[in-house]
Amino acid sequence: MIRLDKVVKRYRTRAGHHTVLDGVTLEVNRGDKVGILGRNGAGKSTLIRVISGAELPNAGRVTRQMSVSWPLAFGGAFQGSLTGLDNVRFICRVYGTDFQVAIPFIEEFSELGKFLREPVKTYSSGMRARLAFAISMAIEFDCFLIDEVIAVGDARFHEKCQRELFEKRRDRAMIIVSHEAHNIREHCTRACVLRDARLQEFAAIDAAYTEYNRQ
Amino acid sequence: MSEIVQAGGFMRSLAIQSRIVGALVMREIITRYGRHNIGFMWVFVEPMMFTAGVLVLWSLFRTHTTQLALIPFTVTGYSTVLLWRNAISRCGNAVEPNRSLLHHRNVRVIDLFAARLILETAGTSISFLALSALLTMAGLMPLPDDILKMLVAWILLTWFASSMGLVIGSLSTLSESVDRVWHVFSYLFLPASGAFFMVDWLPRRFQDAALYIPTVNGIELLRDGYFGAQVHAQYDLVYLVSFNMVLTLIGLLLVKHISATVEGE
Repeated sequence: MIRLDKVVKRYRTRAGHHTVLDGVTLEVNRGDKVGILGRNGAGKSTLIRVISGAELPNAGRVTRQMSVSWPLAFGGAFQGSLTGLDNVRFICRVYGTDFQVAIPFIEEFSELGKFLREPVKTYSSGMRARLAFAISMAIEFDCFLIDEVIAVGDARFHEKCQRELFEKRRDRAMIIVSHEAHNIREHCTRACVLRDARLQEFAAIDAAYTEYNRQ
Repeated sequence: MSEIVQAGGFMRSLAIQSRIVGALVMREIITRYGRHNIGFMWVFVEPMMFTAGVLVLWSLFRTHTTQLALIPFTVTGYSTVLLWRNAISRCGNAVEPNRSLLHHRNVRVIDLFAARLILETAGTSISFLALSALLTMAGLMPLPDDILKMLVAWILLTWFASSMGLVIGSLSTLSESVDRVWHVFSYLFLPASGAFFMVDWLPRRFQDAALYIPTVNGIELLRDGYFGAQVHAQYDLVYLVSFNMVLTLIGLLLVKHISATVEGE
């Protein structure tokens, strides 16, 4: 279970404090698929980072009783001068996963072949995304955080990702943030709308969608 | 008040933190030194070459005019300079290039500092040890008088370097100018650091003032341990330990402060 209890997140700006999350409460249980709809700049990514623990709230409480991923397919943490494999080893060490087990899977899934032994800075953005997604799948989490359902690689690879995540890991909890309702409609069982720093929860996706479109 | 509640106690947190710092150290070694030629051995070969180079320079120019043997005096002095200078300057730029790693929950700002401090202090410590061993074997440096005193001195100096690293590292994250000013300051501070003199050689009126400089106390103890009765070392360990404790507290508070404000990119 993950519980956010009256979470407040503020940033300091030149024009004073800007409150991004103002008393957000949310509970996600094992296997839940929760969608969060919000417009650009509504604070979706901030919410994801607070849930993942990458950022601490200014007030309120985050309780995590299951393992939570970093935002999925996030490739920003790669060190460009290191090879793909060195980056894999680092992330495996950070999460306490045996990289001897993870590497064959990543080699197979990312389809990067010999390029895994080349520095990441020589990769194209598609290759990076493939590596990032493969690493996310090599480490087991109870809950996946998905910041926009990303299209990784070509159609065939994209389909492979969808299968790996939404079919093989059907039993896991997922939190998907998106500004596009169809992503959420496709994968989630309940939905929330993030607006004006507040999170409003709806039992039915359609109700959330209606609220999201009401402006 | 905000808090992150997770199951598990201190031991679990300790295990996670050791794992993270270990991973960061490995990453840092590969990033900085790569796998080619002698690889990670550069960690201590580089400072060793530095001290050896200074040693050769000083011997050539014969600027040394005291009764103490030049080689051990230089090695004990210059190694401590590298200890604090390298450790502190590596902390200056510890956070910015690694910001994106903070996306991984268990990677915290303090771990970024810890990894660099461990790598840097271990490197200078090994280089000091290896260089002394080599010179001793070559018959250029007699064995030390009291190795335990030297060990205590080295630990206290490492402690000073680490806590100062946290302070300078955090302040540099808040303002880039701190990093720049620190580089200038550390260079100008060099003659006052105690690496090139014994307090006893100073005019009487400067002696008390010199003992306010924390590194001077550490180096005096180190040389007391090495030279024994050959020198009249002056130091105040209570002062050095208290200084380190206060500095550590300030450092940790600053790290706590920046941890709350620094975000992953």
